[in-house]
Amino acid sequence: MSSGFSSGRGGAVVADFEAAEVSILRSLVTQVLGLVAPGETGDDPLERALGIGAAGGKAPDDPVLARLFPSAYQDADESAEFRRYTEATLRDGKRADAQTMLDTARPGRSELTPEQAQAWLRSLNDVRLALGTKLEVTEEIHDEIAMMSEDDPRYPAYVTYDWLTYLQDTLVRALW
Amino acid sequence: MVDVGSTAPIAVERPSTDVRPDLPWVTIVWNDPVNLMSYVTYVFQTVFGYTREKAEKLMMDVHQKGKAVVSSGTREEMERDVQILHSYGLWATLQPDSVK
Repeated sequence: MSSGFSSGRGGAVVADFEAAEVSILRSLVTQVLGLVAPGETGDDPLERALGIGAAGGKAPDDPVLARLFPSAYQDADESAEFRRYTEATLRDGKRADAQTMLDTARPGRSELTPEQAQAWLRSLNDVRLALGTKLEVTEEIHDEIAMMSEDDPRYPAYVTYDWLTYLQDTLVRALW
Repeated sequence: MVDVGSTAPIAVERPSTDVRPDLPWVTIVWNDPVNLMSYVTYVFQTVFGYTREKAEKLMMDVHQKGKAVVSSGTREEMERDVQILHSYGLWATLQPDSVK
């Protein structure tokens, strides 16, 4: 298994991935891309230029989308207004980060520029948020995996989640 | 002290979202089971320019108390902070500082 990320020269980070790891990463990031539709803006040219969406942006019903796009206010109306002004930009940012990860994830030794590393950091986190929400993970995830039987149907997904957690932690430490 | 008598306005109920510019707003980050302690600390350092020590203290507050005020300022500034924190996947909200 990959030993994760380490610091490279000039703020770059390096990693050495196996082909199987890259296909897991690509598959998960592609799923997030499929979930996060491009930001939709209103018809007005000015609204489109400023990334302002149509009025009435509700909090998503889907728990994964609700976690990726949290409500900024406790008040529903104020949250909807905030979404209208920010969600299209947020969606496009998450899609751009995911695309960077797809473009740069390859087997063998790879080196990421500081900008690419930031995109990986956010996108890996989006993947973990999506998977973690689906698995309904708790803060006791490590103990749960340790006690879980390898025959448990949830086992592969939990182990994958745990690997992503490890990968992200090495990336944070490589960037610090 | 003067008695303004009947011309005094009756108590006006102020809307819950007071927008007076002098009223500080705060950005709150809430605990969640996915975000890593190292990652949250790193994000606080990167987004706010906080020292590692301050960022770690805030992260521990989020982790142990369930939430922490991570920045304060005008409503517009806090909306910007929340938007950036959402781009990093942190669970952030904003509210007037007076709300407990």
